[in-house]
Formats: sequence, structure tokens, C-alpha cells
Amino acid sequence: MTGGEGGSDPRGDAAREVPRHSTVRSLLRLRPYVRPVAWRLVCSALVAVTASCLSLLIPLVLKHLVDGPVRHHDPSGVWLGGALVLLLGLAEAGLFGVRRWLVARPMAALEARMRGELYHRLQRLPVAFHDRWGSGQLLSRGTNDLQIVRMFLTFPLIFLVVNSTTVVVGFVILFFQRWTLGLVLLAPVVPLVTLCTYFESRYSVATRRAQDQIGDLTTLVEESVLGIRIIKAFGRHRSQARAFQRQSQELRGTELFKAGLLANLWGMMTSLPDVALGSALVFGCVQVAHGTLSSGTLVAFLTTGLALRWPVESLGWLLSISNEAATAVDRFFDVMDTAPPADDGTGAAPAAGPADGIRFEAVRFRYPDAPEGTPDLLTGVDLHVRSGETMALVGATGCGKTSLTALLPRLYEATGGRITLDGADSAAMSRSQLRSLVATAFEEPTLFSATVRENVLMGAPQAGEEELLRALRTAQCGFVHDLPQGVDTQVGEQGLSLSGGQRQRLALARAVVGDPRFLVLDDPLSALDVHTEALVEAALREVLATTTALVVAHRPSTVQLADRVALLSDDGRITAVGTHRELLETNEEYRWLMSGADERSAA
Amino acid sequence: MASVTEQPADERQEPVADGGPADPFDRDALPAPPGASRALLRDLTRPYRGRIWLAAILLVVQQAAAQSGPLIVALAIDHAIPALARHDAGPLVAVAVAYIGCAVAGGVLQRVFIRRSAVIGQSVLLELRGRIFRHAQSLGLDFHERYTSGRIIARATSDVEAIRELITEGMQELLNVGLSVLYISGVLVVLDWKLGLVALVTGVPLAFTVRRFRRRSKLVYTRRSAAMASVIVRFSETMNGIRPVQAFRREESNDEEFAALNRVHRTSNGDAILEMGRFTVSSWLIANTSLALVVLWGAYRVASGSLELGVLAAFVLYLRRLYEPIDPLGMFLNSWQSAAASLEKIAGLLAQIPSVPEPAAPRTLPQRASGRPGRAVEFAGVRFAYRTGGEVLPRFDLALPAGQTVAVVGATGAGKSTLAKLLCRFYDPTEGAVTLDGVDLRDLAVPELRRGVVMVTQESFLFSGTVAENIALGDPDATAEDVVAAARAIGAHEFITALPEGYDTDVRKRGGRISAGQRQLVAFARALLADPAVLILDEATSSLDVPGEQAVQRAMRTVLHGRTAVIIAHRLSTVEIADRVLVMDAGRVVEDGSPDRLVLGDGRFAGLHTAWRDSLV
Ligand SMILES: Nc1ncnc2c1ncn2[C@@H]1O[C@H](COP(=O)(O)OP(=O)(O)OP(=O)(O)O)[C@@H](O)[C@H]1O
Ligand SMILES: Nc1ncnc2c1ncn2[C@@H]1O[C@H](COP(=O)(O)OP(=O)(O)OP(=O)(O)O)[C@@H](O)[C@H]1O
Ligand SMILES: [Mg+2]
Ligand SMILES: [Mg+2]
Repeated sequence: MTGGEGGSDPRGDAAREVPRHSTVRSLLRLRPYVRPVAWRLVCSALVAVTASCLSLLIPLVLKHLVDGPVRHHDPSGVWLGGALVLLLGLAEAGLFGVRRWLVARPMAALEARMRGELYHRLQRLPVAFHDRWGSGQLLSRGTNDLQIVRMFLTFPLIFLVVNSTTVVVGFVILFFQRWTLGLVLLAPVVPLVTLCTYFESRYSVATRRAQDQIGDLTTLVEESVLGIRIIKAFGRHRSQARAFQRQSQELRGTELFKAGLLANLWGMMTSLPDVALGSALVFGCVQVAHGTLSSGTLVAFLTTGLALRWPVESLGWLLSISNEAATAVDRFFDVMDTAPPADDGTGAAPAAGPADGIRFEAVRFRYPDAPEGTPDLLTGVDLHVRSGETMALVGATGCGKTSLTALLPRLYEATGGRITLDGADSAAMSRSQLRSLVATAFEEPTLFSATVRENVLMGAPQAGEEELLRALRTAQCGFVHDLPQGVDTQVGEQGLSLSGGQRQRLALARAVVGDPRFLVLDDPLSALDVHTEALVEAALREVLATTTALVVAHRPSTVQLADRVALLSDDGRITAVGTHRELLETNEEYRWLMSGADERSAA
Repeated sequence: MASVTEQPADERQEPVADGGPADPFDRDALPAPPGASRALLRDLTRPYRGRIWLAAILLVVQQAAAQSGPLIVALAIDHAIPALARHDAGPLVAVAVAYIGCAVAGGVLQRVFIRRSAVIGQSVLLELRGRIFRHAQSLGLDFHERYTSGRIIARATSDVEAIRELITEGMQELLNVGLSVLYISGVLVVLDWKLGLVALVTGVPLAFTVRRFRRRSKLVYTRRSAAMASVIVRFSETMNGIRPVQAFRREESNDEEFAALNRVHRTSNGDAILEMGRFTVSSWLIANTSLALVVLWGAYRVASGSLELGVLAAFVLYLRRLYEPIDPLGMFLNSWQSAAASLEKIAGLLAQIPSVPEPAAPRTLPQRASGRPGRAVEFAGVRFAYRTGGEVLPRFDLALPAGQTVAVVGATGAGKSTLAKLLCRFYDPTEGAVTLDGVDLRDLAVPELRRGVVMVTQESFLFSGTVAENIALGDPDATAEDVVAAARAIGAHEFITALPEGYDTDVRKRGGRISAGQRQLVAFARALLADPAVLILDEATSSLDVPGEQAVQRAMRTVLHGRTAVIIAHRLSTVEIADRVLVMDAGRVVEDGSPDRLVLGDGRFAGLHTAWRDSLV
């Protein structure tokens, strides 16, 4: 990674080195999501506490049953006691149900809401952000991490509250029963707390590593599938599988390390309280033998103590889950903390100024992650595309043509200068307003999994059938009518695959549909044969007659579309503007770009 | 894109038996042979069978230690206390030692068990992930074109995650449940068989509850995992197409469509939690009722003197513990069902047979005559149709002698790329054969095939990673010098060294860090490095500027020398280096000849060529 905040892993994730929050602080960040369902969580916790209190009451009833009716051979008392146990048991079961019912839907909704917001935010984060992040890292945040959070909120959180309460209440009961014995049971608390603190700090580091590794693994899977043609073309599926194996092995290592930590903690969590209970048993027996304690009290005491075993043991498990949830929350907020770019637009329609076309004024640009000390990519572009004019943008490979066109719909923000559209400063417009004015055909035609119609009408949702057909005609997309379901055929990843030229023409149709005021075409004819190209050009001229357009061109044939040509030099400036003929005659660089080291003339 | 939102509705249907929907790829789960998921699980765990037994034994002992508490308590009350009252401390000491010994042993064994089971679980997961990945990689392009990347991601991530839960937690839960039930039941029956029997009869209604839960939850979990898959598909598609998404202001409508998918997932997720709740409640109802019955009857019998007080106390203690595993049982069933749903989908994926299989008995290519690098190619009676469309190549015969450079031109959609893809065996022809030096491509193992044929695809896809890594994909054994030499040969060296970190610059996902033309150059260098006998270039220079293209063409004169080359191009400048031109139309070769001859004629090529000439400067 070259970015300032990058980690060392080249495939990785821009946010490797986030400051680590404490588990509690991370979890507290969930507040806004939890608030609407907070009362349900509280009720659910109360219900659960009640349920476990009930289960603690059962031994007490038993003690009375044993010390009273059983000892005194009182059958009616036994009935009463039995009925009470039954009642408590049924109530307990009922409460379990209530608890789940309280949280089931709301928690599922919470997960969905967080995922929706993540998706919402990601769609609005600048392209530069997406450049930086491995796609699998984003995906794993939206799936794996949110599932962990939801699971944590549904049960472990409540258990955490309930079991801690149970432990406290249990200890109070124990102390009432016999405070000396209670003290014995309390002894392991100090070592356990120390242990947990130590565990927490190490476990959370490992958890973060594991979750990041899952993200990397997701990225690798995604890339290997998207790039399957390349992998097949070079027969590299074995080495790709080895890379995958290596990364999964790393994940396995982390998981085993986590398991080792857990094993130590759980082992202690199992042993220590039990040792204490054993000691209490011995003391209790001595006291009973001395007659200072009734055997009924001892039975009840031990019953309560044993009932506390699971809540105490579970704390280790709960701790680890909380930790994982906290890491997941951190990862979620890695993205959510990135503020979407402020939309400084006034919201008002730009003053319908004089039809002035597009003006670039001393526009400078560098990619946000360009290393310090490198020159800007665009170093003061001045260009005026008159209203209704078509301007070709010509320049060598990698000189910044695509970057320049991306500034127009503000996919990237210019770092200096300004761009005006019909006199209105594009930086003052809201992005959505701006983008409703500018339509782009990207150099890589991306089709989404949708029908041809939906793919084309993306650019102008309000456009009707008439406009759809016109755009398809303009882009020479006659082939769509031969598809199985015509314009309603699914294309894209979940549909029919098309040839390169077919995709490019659909992307072109998408850009021209609905007569945009400003049109950007990035090398729009590169995949077309000469005849089709000529047809598209003829049809495009009609559209271009009424719009202001910037067309990136590599070939003289594409330049033919334009009224004038601007030459973008390698130093990031427009060095010449004029008609094709003029530039050919006057500009050495342009001549070279258009005809190369012309072998015919050299011959 | 409305249809996308409807898809989960389709996925709700249960797998239909024969005569189901026409295309199984419309559903999330591909059909797997019956029992495939179980077989897969068995197969995955087979190498660890011994270790699993060992872990189970550890757990048995651990449980024995952990469960002996109440028994010792009963002993203490019934024997140690009376003995102590008689000033005999022996039994009490024994009790103390036993109890504390069990406590320590329980903890230590717990620790060992967790470590051991983690090793088993993680190894199984490693193998499973690897299998999914390897299998997905070995499947043909026709599969990938229909299955979508998002679904493979879902299989390899969220579905594996479901199985991870089962393996890491489920095994312990199940063993714990089974063991404590067995152990406690045993103790109960020994303590007092009549009461014990009462307690055990409870198992019958419990078993029914389990069965009902399993039946109902299966549907719910399958639906949930399908919903997750469509969420993933949507998510990754949006992020991969973020530029058009933003430029065409799709954010709002995408939000809505995503919300619809998300809603489906939310509903099934809630259903799943509730289903599990239903199970827990009914089980606890049954369990607590039986507890009350035992207390009642037991108290009665103590009152009437046929049962000792200590036994009743132990009984009630144990009984609560007998039912404690209800929660872990629920959790186990939960992870089991959700893993089963995922496993079935994974098994469905793994059951896919590669449509372009590697040969069982691969042949080798014959030695090349006189050290010339090229090989002869022949299409013999080839017909081809994509699985999803009509016939693209109707009966096709073509022979390319070794060392010839052939240009393929024709209208877009004519089938040029299809021809190229058949030649490098992305697909197998529906009929006929493609041969290399007389050997059917189907008989060549992948490494041999790739020494023979390599293609620069129309889409120049780069992987995230450095420029050098991307070029080295052509030949992983290449040295840094080889990489630089390949880049130099086609004129990519200059721009690469100008990048911030030269050859070590990370090009980011899909090569987004460099320009379109630069991507093509890297892709080209990659193919050169592979040094194949037959090189296919599908529009490999379409995004380059004219001088760049010319530089590549100059380079090609030398690098293609002696090689067989198939060059697909719309810019007829390429033709100048070709020995032969094929003009394709609607899947047929309509003109075939040397460029000079064709240009002079009055066929299509002559037309194309004139049009192209006119378009220059
Ligand atoms: N996302 C990015 N982050 C950083 N640098 C980039 C990024 N995209 C492109 N660049 C760099 O900026 C330069 C200009 O790239 P751009 O895509 O604008 O070129 P171009 O003129 O469109 O070239 P081509 O004709 O090949 O399409 C290139 O040298 C490239 O390495
Ligand atoms: N994977 C596919 N599945 C189904 N149909 C396809 C697939 N790829 C291409 N086609 C169809 O097959 C026909 C030939 O496509 P092909 O890609 O071979 O054309 P081409 O000659 O390379 O065109 P171009 O110059 O546009 O790249 C087209 O009609 C196209 O829609
Ligand atoms: Mg570009
Ligand atoms: Mg093609």
C-alpha cells in the first residue's frame, strides 16, 4: 500500500492500524442501533433474570420441602411443595420463550439495518475510498461481522447481564445462608479477574487479525472468480489455489492461537470455582457434624453453589464472544467513520446561465494516494468546450485523460482550479444534481445483472420506451432484438454474456439515453469494427449536435466525431486546441499521436 | 433490476424433484446427489477420525470429573457427616480429595480438549475451504457465467462460516449433551431405578420435539442462507461497479433494491431465531414438568421412608443437570441445521462436473521440428453453442500451419472471441475437435496446454498485487530480469518504472491504479512471459494510443517470429504483420487469404480495408 494509513500487506486493507478501543467502548458504539430496541433488550434481560431467579428458587423450595413436610411426614405439605416446583418450572420455561420472542425480530432487523446503512454509506463514499479497500474486506464487514454483532446482542449480551446478576444474587443468597461458606466461594474471584484482563488484551488482538484475514480471504476468492478467464488462460489455477491455501493456513494459525488462549481461560474458569466449592463442602460438613449447621441448609447452600457453576463458567465464553463482537463493531465503524464527502451543493438548480458549455479553469489533480514529492497528474488544465460542441480529448496512454473526465461528474475531486458547466461552478452543485447533467460512457463497459432495458435506462430512469429504442439505435444495438427476450433479456453476471463490442455499445446507449446536457465518452468505439464504428458515428452525430460532449479518442476515426480536438500532454496540461486538420498541420505531438512514426510516409 | 429483488422468492421453493425448473442455476442451491452433504462431511472428517475419538474420550473423562460433584455431595452428607460426628475424619478427607481432584482434572482436561478439538476443526475447515476454492477454479467458464461470483463467495465464506460454527462449537455441545445425558441417566438409575425411570421417560417427548424442530428449521435455514447469498451477490456487484453506480446516481434505487433483499434475509433470520425459541420452550416445559413429578414422588417416598433424604437431594440436583443440556442441545441443533443447509449448497457446488475436464490420461505434444516455436492448429468439424445461447459457430473447419500469423477480423459479435476461446480451451466444442499439432486439446494436461496456447483476453484483468506479480502470472518461475525483459519487449518498461514504486507498485483491485492502456500492456507482457507456441491476442491493443500500438506491432514482428499467432483486431494496422487474414461473419469464415490478395479483391475485407484507410489521419 502506498497510502499514508496503509498497512504493510499489499493485498490488504486500508485500516489495518486503527487505534484499538477497549471492548466496552467499542460495544458502546452500537448505542444508536440498539436504542430503538433497547426496551426490548432490557425487558428480555429482566425476563431472563427472573427466569434464573426462579431456577434459584427451586432449591430453596426443595429445602423447605425436605426440612418441613418430608421430615414431618406431612403429605399435604409435599403436594404443596411439588405444585410449587411445577409452577416455578413452567413459569421458567414460559419466560425463556418470552425472552426469545422479545428479541428475535428486532435483532434480525438490527442486523439488516446495520447492513443497509453500511451499503448506503459505501455507495456514497468516494471512488478514491473504494480504490483503497479490498472488496472482500468490505463484504466481510457487511456479512460476517454483522452476524457476529447480531448474535452477540441476541444472546451473549443478555447472558452477560443475566449471568452476572445471577452470580451476584446467588452470592447474596449464599451469604444469607451462611456467610462464612460464602466467603470461601468468593476466594477465586481475584485470580479469575486478573486472568480475564490478561486474556482480553491478547484475545482481541488475535480476533482482529482473524477477522482481517477472513476479509483478505474473501478478497482472494472474489478476485479469483472475477479473474477466472485470466487464470484459465495461463493455467494458473494451481498456483492460485496455493495462494489461497497459504492464506487459509494463516487464518488457521490465528484461529488455533485463539483457541489456545480460550483453552487456558476456560480451564481456569472450570477449575477454580469448583475447587472453592469443594472447600465449602468440607467446611460445611464439619459444621454440620458439629451441629452448628442444619443439613438442610448445607444441601440448599451446595445446590445454590452448583447452580452458580454454569453462570460462572460461562463468563469465559461470554468474554470471548464480547471480544469478537467488539472487533466486529470496530471493523464496521472503520467504514462508517469515514464521512461521506460533504455535499456542498445548494440544492437549488444551477442558475440557468448562458449556455456556456464546459470550462476547465486551471484544474489540477492528483490521486489522493499519490506519494509525496511526485508531480500532480494534471497541472493546470484550461479548456473550454463550447455549448453544443463536441471536443475530442487526445493524449498518450496514461497521460490522464480518464482521470480528467472523472473530474467532471466529480467521481474524484479536483485538487485545484474549477470546472464550470454552463457557467455554474460544478463544485457548488450537489453531486446528484451534477451527475444528472453529465452522462458518462466509461472505458470499461460495466453491465449490471439486470435486463438490457434496465441497464440502458440506468442513465435516465424517467425515460420511456421511445427513448430507450432511440438510444439503442444510436449505439447500433440492433443485436438486442435477437436476444431470447429482446430488451428484457437478463445480461451481466447473472445473465447472458455478450461480446466485447456488444457490451461497449450497450454502455454507450446508457450514456446517450435521455439526451444528457453534457456527455463524456471515454474511448467509446475502441471495441468496434470499422463498419459498425462508422454507423455508430453517423448516429452519434445527431445526438452530439445538441449536447456538449467530451470524447476521449485514440484513433483518427474517433476524432472525426469531434468539432475540435484538445491535446492533453504528458505534463498534465492542454497544450493545443483546434480542429483535427489544424492540429495535424501545426502540432508535431498530435501528428505523432494520430499517425505514429508513419511508416507509409517514411517508406 | 427489479427482477433481482424477485429472485429470493424463487429461492424459497424447495428443491423440486425431476421435472423442476428448467435451469437449476436460477436457484441458489445446485442439485446435489442425495446424501452428498453427509458424504462430504464424512469425507472431510475421515483423516481425523482417530483424533476425534481421542478428543471424545478426553471429553468423557472430563465430563465424568465435572459431573461427579453432586455424587460426592451425596456421599458427604450421607456418610462423611455421620462419620465426622463419630470423630472419624477419614471419609471427609476422602471426599475433599475427590472433589478437589475432580475440579482440577476437569479444568485441565477442558483445556486439552479445547486445544485438540480446535486443531481438528480448523484442519477440516482448511480442507473444506481449499476444496471449494479448487473446485470452483477447476469448473469451466460456462459454469462461472451462470453461477455468479457472489454465490461462490457466499459458498466460501458465509456457508463455510456456518460449518465452522458447527465444528468448533457443535462437536463439544453434542458430546457434552450426549455424555451428560448418558452419565446422569446412569447415575440416576443406579441411585434409585424407579425415580430414574420416571426421569428417563421424559426423553420420549423430548425426542419428538427435536424431530419437529429439525424438520421445520431445515426450510428456514435453507431460505436464510439463500437470502444471504443474494445479499452478497448484490453487495459485491455494487462495489465492483461503483463508478457507474455513482455516475448514474443509482444509489437510491440500489438502496431500495438492497433493502428488499435484506428484508428477505431479515425475515428468515428472525424465523430462525424464533424456531429455536419454540424448541427451547417446549423442551423446558417437558423437562420441568418431569422435575416436579420426581420431586413429588421422591418426597412422598422419603416421607414414607422408602427413600433416603440424601438420595432425593442428589436426585433433584442431578435432574436439573440432566436438563441443563437442553440449551446446548438447541444450540447444537441450530448449528447443525444451518450447517446442513450450507453443506448442501457446498455439496451442490462440489458435485458440479467440470465441463472442460483435465484428461485422465494426458498426452504430450510432439517434439517441435527444427526448434521452431510454433505449432499447427486445426479446427475439425467444430460446432459450438454457449450453454445460454444459440449456436455461435455453425460447423467450422480451419487449419493454421505452424508459425503462421493469422489476423481475424469481422463485425462485432461475429464470433471472433469465441473462436479464440475454443482454441485455448475455455470451452470444448459441442461437436468436432480442436487440435494442436494433431493432438486434441482435450487430451492435454493444463501445464502442457498452456505451454502450447496462451491468450490475451479482450478484458485485461489484473489482480491486486504488484505489477511484477501480475506479469509473472505468465510464468511463476520467471526471474525479475525475465519480467523486466518481457515488459521491455512490448514497451511497457517506461511507464512501469515511472510508477511510484516501479515494478513493485500495487495495481490494486482489477488494476484500477493504472490506466486502461497500461493494463493492456501489462496483460500483454504477461502473455509474452508465458512464451507459448500459439499466442492469441484478442483486441490486445485496442486501448493503446497509435504510437504505443505501433511499438507493440514492431515488437510482435520479433516475438511472434516462428510462433503461431492469432490476432483479433478491429484496427487493420495489425493486418500488416499478418501472413493470412480470416474474415468472420456470423460464425463463419467468409474470406480467407493473404492480406495483399484480399485487399486487391472486392470482398468484405477490401471494403473494410478501404474504410479503415479512409479513417486514418
Ligand atoms: N486510481 C488511481 N490511483 C492512482 N493513480 C492512478 C489511478 N488511476 C490512474 N492512475 C495513474 O494516473 C495516470 C493517468 O491515468 P488515466 O487512467 O487517467 O490515463 P489515460 O489517459 O486515461 O490512459 P489510457 O489511454 O491508457 O486510458 C496513470 O499513469 C495511472 O498510473
Ligand atoms: N459467454 C457467452 N454466453 C453466451 N453468448 C455469448 C457469450 N459470449 C459471447 N456470446 C455471444 O456470441 C456471439 C459471438 O460473440 P464473440 O464474443 O465471439 O464476438 P466477437 O466477434 O468477439 O465480437 P467483438 O468484436 O464484439 O468482441 C455474440 O452474439 C455474443 O452475444
Ligand atoms: Mg483511459
Ligand atoms: Mg470479442
